[in-house]
Amino acid sequence: MLSIKNLHVSINDKPILKGLSLDINPGEVHAIMGPNGAGKSTLSHVLSGKSGYTVTEGSVTYQGKDLLDMAPEIRAREGVFLAFQYPVEIPGVSNIYLLKAALNAMRRHHGLPEVDAMDFLTLVKDKVKLLQMDEKFLYRAVNEGFSGGEKKRNEILQAAVLEPKLCILDETDSGLDIDALRIVSDGVNSLRNAERSFLMITHYQRLLDYVKPDVVHVLADGKIVKSGGPELALELEEKGYSWLEGQAA
Amino acid sequence: MAADNAYLAAYPAALPGSDLPWLQQVRSAGLQAFAEHGFPNTREEEWRYTNLAALNKTLFAPTEHQTVDAEWLKAWRLEDAWSVVLVNGRFSVDLSNLAGLPEAVTVTSLKQALLDRPAWLQDYLGQAVADSEHSLVAFNTAWFSDGVLIEVAAKQVLDQPIQILHVVTEADALAATRNLLVIGDQAEAEVIETFVGSATSYFTAAVAECFLGSNAGLTLYKVQAEADKAQHFGGTYLKQAPDSRFMHHNFAFGALLARSDIHSDLDKASECSLNGLYLGGNRQHIDNHTRINHLKPHGISREFYKGVLDQRARGVFQGRVIVSEDAQQTDSQMNNRNLLLSRDAEVDTKPQLEIYADDVKCSHGVTVGQLEEKSVFYLQSRGLDEAAARNILTFAFANEMVDKVENEGLKALLVEQVLAHFPAINL
Repeated sequence: MLSIKNLHVSINDKPILKGLSLDINPGEVHAIMGPNGAGKSTLSHVLSGKSGYTVTEGSVTYQGKDLLDMAPEIRAREGVFLAFQYPVEIPGVSNIYLLKAALNAMRRHHGLPEVDAMDFLTLVKDKVKLLQMDEKFLYRAVNEGFSGGEKKRNEILQAAVLEPKLCILDETDSGLDIDALRIVSDGVNSLRNAERSFLMITHYQRLLDYVKPDVVHVLADGKIVKSGGPELALELEEKGYSWLEGQAA
Repeated sequence: MAADNAYLAAYPAALPGSDLPWLQQVRSAGLQAFAEHGFPNTREEEWRYTNLAALNKTLFAPTEHQTVDAEWLKAWRLEDAWSVVLVNGRFSVDLSNLAGLPEAVTVTSLKQALLDRPAWLQDYLGQAVADSEHSLVAFNTAWFSDGVLIEVAAKQVLDQPIQILHVVTEADALAATRNLLVIGDQAEAEVIETFVGSATSYFTAAVAECFLGSNAGLTLYKVQAEADKAQHFGGTYLKQAPDSRFMHHNFAFGALLARSDIHSDLDKASECSLNGLYLGGNRQHIDNHTRINHLKPHGISREFYKGVLDQRARGVFQGRVIVSEDAQQTDSQMNNRNLLLSRDAEVDTKPQLEIYADDVKCSHGVTVGQLEEKSVFYLQSRGLDEAAARNILTFAFANEMVDKVENEGLKALLVEQVLAHFPAINL
């Protein structure tokens, strides 16, 4: 699914990722944990194609193709979805419009006809229910005036509609109270299947109580310094990150 | 001043109301003011950014023609509305539709009203705006060839809007009209002014005077979708009695040069809400000049104007709020936001707060900027290409003003207009 090899990334000549390697197979859930400034968000941005980052070395292969060579929208249409840490408010664009435009962009990319309006509504309403959202949210402007929890739920709603192959969750748990965390996690779990992979970037272990990862990685100073099973997250929760820093994977 | 003289030399021999001495006096005063001054020029503070030289390059002249391509006009007509049509500055009975209008409502041509009830008109004409405002008002006073009178009796609430279609069909025509809207105490009305042309180059000079009785409500829309090379001046001037509510939505899409004045005098506890959207491309010049005059205590005013300027277009926003010494407890907010899509586009925005009372709540804000890159990226990350993302964001920026429109038929028409400015959006 995704193969990152020796990835080096700089922002304004300042190296942030310093040789990160990671392989994710279809259906796997990987969690990346690490202290602030380790490069977690940089990784999610580079994978989704945000500008302002320079890849100085290494490669990212997604489904056998060079991911870094694709424009952000092509990555999205090929099935890479980033749930933003800070979802952007887009006044004047309704949620339902964005969902439909995004779904149709993806369908056109794959040579499929645009979705029928009625079918689309049925589909979206199902997903709204799944995320325990009010249908009114569909007609509100994207993220505008949403609470932190609503914004995160809205990101997962988009994922549920677009059905990506690789879902990157960038600190999706941050700013959520326990109820919102449970709803978002249920949404994520409902999206899990044998083909869909997840890369969850998180600061805290608590998300992993709800969404069980297959593999946990520790990112420190631009590299993965340790990988293990879910138990690694518990160990980190207990001991912090300092015992791993400076350690090579 | 030579070309201004050309207008004077071509001054029409017969205009409505020429047999009324009081109106003759009003007309002569307007004519004289215009003769002395000519069209406003950029040396005047309130015309600093707007150059009317084009009015002197062509002599725009009144025309008797009344033929309109009905099919073409249909696109601008709203369903579920009464309508009156002014063709080249003259009321067309044939094209108007006033079937089922309640008895307590009068909608007629100004020409007819001058015949039927001249004494009554004398109390209103020229009372919401004076010729001394600027010489285009004086020009209008001297030249208006017709107009619409709408009178809504006290307590009458209209359940349908009245649409006034200003249509110009002849090249180099002058359409000078004066509309009077008199909304009685506790009455409510919705009026939609639409400005369009099937000719390319012409001059619209329209003045509307509105009088709101106490506790009356008026929602007034202006849809300025004039032809590409048209020159447009539209002035809307109001007198608001105590507790009255005025809501204005001003959409400026067309014309090569367009200037709108919206001025309101607010009596005690009256409310004035001015919304505006201007979209400029090519070499369009769009100037909106608003003045909210809080004369008495407890008035509320809200002003929100947005502009999108592309290519070499230029926008001007002048928002003036005056809070007089008497107008304690005034609550006023003004906001003007602009999006510049090209390096050559320009906007001159000038909020002006003049506060002479000491216990008021007034604020204003202005922004001029470009699209936010993080928003563009967010849409791209959802699969939309960059051009589509930019178009959608621009559309959304503009559409916020359209969304405030409650009339669904009008809203659909406006969305179409806005979309026409941003091709490549696949809604």
